[in-house]
Amino acid sequence: MNSVSTNGNAGWETVIGLEVHCELATATKLFCGCKNAFGDEPNVNICPVCVGLPGALPVLNAQAVELAMRIGAALHCEIRPSVFSRKNYFYPDQAKDYQISQYDLPLNAGGWLELPDGFRVGVTRAHMEEDTGKLTHVGASGRINAAEHALVDYNRSGVPLVEIVSEPDIRSAAHARAYASELRGILVATGVSDGRMEEGSMRVDANVSVRPAGTTEFGTRCEIKNLNSLRSLGRAIEYEATRQIAVLEAGGSIEQETRHWDEAAGRTESMRSKEESHDYRYFPEPDLVPLAPGADWQARVRDGLGAMPAERRARLAAALGGSPSDAEHDQIRAVVDLGLDALVSAATDAGAPTALALARAANEVAAQSEAGLQLDPAAFAGVLGMEAGGQLSATQSKAVLGTLLERGGGDPAALAAEMGFEALGSDTLSAVVDEVVGAHPDEWARYAGGEDKLMGFFTGKVMQATSGKANGKEVAVELRRRRG
Amino acid sequence: MTPPGTGRAATLAAAVRAGERSARQSVEDALTAAEAHNGELNVFLEVLADEARAQADAVDAAVAAGRDPGPLAGVPVALKDNLCTRGIPTTCGSRILDGWRPPYEATVVASLREAGAVVVGKTNMDEFAMGSSTENSAFGPTRNPLDTTKVPGGSSGGSAAAVAAGLAHLALGSDTGGSIRQPAALCGVVGMKPTYGRVSRYGLVAFASSLDQIGPFATTVEDAALLFDVLAGHDPMDSTSLPSAPEPTLPSLEEGAEGVRVGLCRSLVEGCAPDVAARVQQAADALSDAGAKVEEMSVPEFGYGLSAYYLIAPAEASSNLARYDGVRYGLRVGGDDVAAMNTATRTAGFGAEVKRRIMLGTYALSAGYYDAYYAQAQRVRTLVMRAFDRAYETVDVLLGATAPTTAFALGAKVNDPMAMYMNDVCTIPSNLSGHPAVSVPFGTGDDGLPVGVQVLAPALGEAMLFRVARVVEAHAPAGAPAAGGAA
Repeated sequence: MNSVSTNGNAGWETVIGLEVHCELATATKLFCGCKNAFGDEPNVNICPVCVGLPGALPVLNAQAVELAMRIGAALHCEIRPSVFSRKNYFYPDQAKDYQISQYDLPLNAGGWLELPDGFRVGVTRAHMEEDTGKLTHVGASGRINAAEHALVDYNRSGVPLVEIVSEPDIRSAAHARAYASELRGILVATGVSDGRMEEGSMRVDANVSVRPAGTTEFGTRCEIKNLNSLRSLGRAIEYEATRQIAVLEAGGSIEQETRHWDEAAGRTESMRSKEESHDYRYFPEPDLVPLAPGADWQARVRDGLGAMPAERRARLAAALGGSPSDAEHDQIRAVVDLGLDALVSAATDAGAPTALALARAANEVAAQSEAGLQLDPAAFAGVLGMEAGGQLSATQSKAVLGTLLERGGGDPAALAAEMGFEALGSDTLSAVVDEVVGAHPDEWARYAGGEDKLMGFFTGKVMQATSGKANGKEVAVELRRRRG
Repeated sequence: MTPPGTGRAATLAAAVRAGERSARQSVEDALTAAEAHNGELNVFLEVLADEARAQADAVDAAVAAGRDPGPLAGVPVALKDNLCTRGIPTTCGSRILDGWRPPYEATVVASLREAGAVVVGKTNMDEFAMGSSTENSAFGPTRNPLDTTKVPGGSSGGSAAAVAAGLAHLALGSDTGGSIRQPAALCGVVGMKPTYGRVSRYGLVAFASSLDQIGPFATTVEDAALLFDVLAGHDPMDSTSLPSAPEPTLPSLEEGAEGVRVGLCRSLVEGCAPDVAARVQQAADALSDAGAKVEEMSVPEFGYGLSAYYLIAPAEASSNLARYDGVRYGLRVGGDDVAAMNTATRTAGFGAEVKRRIMLGTYALSAGYYDAYYAQAQRVRTLVMRAFDRAYETVDVLLGATAPTTAFALGAKVNDPMAMYMNDVCTIPSNLSGHPAVSVPFGTGDDGLPVGVQVLAPALGEAMLFRVARVVEAHAPAGAPAAGGAA
């Protein structure tokens, strides 16, 4: 697929490779027993190992290896014997002034990820490494150069990461976003990570280059950092491709460098050029032994992987009858991303209409997704059944569902009664409609004469009179019956 | 000839366990000796009088209560100052760790305490264990107790001298390229490097991680074996620690050398002074007389060991020592920004030899040089390992010199790094291969100072190693200066 860039850069092709850092959701850190947690008080989850005290030694966390293998398996990688190396550079957030990372022998290599439209992106490798601590610069402007001093929090030091490196197969910002989004879905689905970009659980760097359309040689690439959302990723790539094309068209050349995305200004800025870049002096980490997960362990990981988001989305689409609308596509994606598809399936199995279950899950349940994952499918199905059967209006159904989620469960019928949502008997409704029609003869005449928009007027009056208990659909039936 | 059962530590521990001697008294004796001699020798960087007395009292209380305080009950032990001791300064002989008190204990220190041993002090060393004379300490050189104009060897010179001078019955050192065995030879004591991974490195401040091993100093082979048996074992805190349960070495110590195949290794004698070479030959003859089958052999690959070592060890050190940046602990010298602070701190905190090796190692790992230096050195390391394997197809142990000469004069080699490095030529092969080796005092050189003979064994061959060393010790010529006399 060689689609030419669409942002007014005709004649050029953008080439993109993504490096995604994913924090693994382990109980403890990669090389010590400290808690792996986000948001705690600074420097409470630390020990001699993760602060790099003299004499302390790393011991590899088996759960981290297991989660890293899940990533490899989900991305169709070969899981191989691997070796940890030391990446040497001085920085205050780096406790030992080197980072333990897999270098020439990564755990996972040679896989691929399929995007929803069927486009496949090669995955070069997915290797394990430790995270650094976190620096906070303190000073008037908050900028690193003007800071008076800096504070270091080592809670994050030694948190397990997997870096997933794609092949330079991506040709558009849209595909880059789709790749990051699909990858996030896989990381969440496999229980490897919570995938939260805003908390840094998933961090994306983009390598971008351009070349004349139709040529095969790669241009000089720039690496873009500080992409904190999918939107930033897309914008930054568009900007960077346009910038590089402008430079080349003006007769200039691209310098290989790292660039920082400024979200507010909407542009990338040079951070450091290749000349200033580090020689990391990698060598095998002598404090650790080679890692070679056995065939049994690998098989257990592959067998326990479960269905990937793409497959789960296909299942929901099939349950809808096979050709979902665009809105339903979005709902399916949202539901699968949040892991609520099991709830939808269970509710459908219990007799609820699939489309309704999907819509409620993608909106009302998604709004409280933590509670939604704990929601009893039978209760969810019960609410949907009452709505489908006309005992609850859509508005009432949403309200009951909201209360159910807030309380963490309950009996839907009892809850509806408690909230005053007894179904209106059809005789009562008929009487109220008669009353409303009688009270507004002019409007009725216009409605009866074909002014359909007055349907809303009457429905509103009926709702007012019944304190919202009437079912909108039934009101419509009553009104149409009277008009004849 | 030394009769069996005369290990000074073994005898003391037995007496303390039997309630015949008090741990407190043995510690008071050691502290008195330290008081008398430390000023001249500069063995201890810190004497732990209060802690030692409290620990000794605890041992005596255990005995009084009928509990067994352990195989090293009441035995005074000195620790090289690169072993972490909770709450007690651990300097590595460097100014860069100024003021640092580890919040945790090295696994070997915990093992010692559990065995009832009493830590009496932290000993002087070449800065970060880089050196062969203990002259590279930021806190001044240690003097050889047998001749105070001479060096004690290094880098564990303080620990060797502590045992030789009788300031402690036992000591721990670390051996990266010979740093236990060479000072043991120069001070006339027993010093042993275990198989890599047999003793936990957790809490040993790293010099070169793939080569470092902690090991014992003692006045006799029996005491060294006793201490080794306490130290050996798996430690889940050290990934390179061997998982297998260690075989105790003491039970087979007196089984003699009858039928043991000994390879007299010319490659570990050739570069040595004639008086040293003569002692090695004499030890081989003694083993032969004791029934061993001695054959001469040559392992030419050992000749490349020194060059490989002086690339691998500095490369690892350049990375291991990066953390001394002034950010988290130890010395900090201010600067305009973080990089300037790092530079100022390291410039002021490290001595010349440490800087030399950091630069050497950084260079060896740099892009464009890695293959020619570091990777090539690793290939040589593999060659040395294979050469050992071939040798051990035909012999059970190898025999050679420990150091090329007896103790040399203070200051004699400080301005000639290459001459200093040559001290390690006989000890380095065992570090590259990870195999155990021990230096046993065996007579004197022409200058009347002690000569060490080295016994080498294959991986996990510690029991055989000590057994043969015990025979060598038993046949050592009389007239050597008495080590360990003061206490």
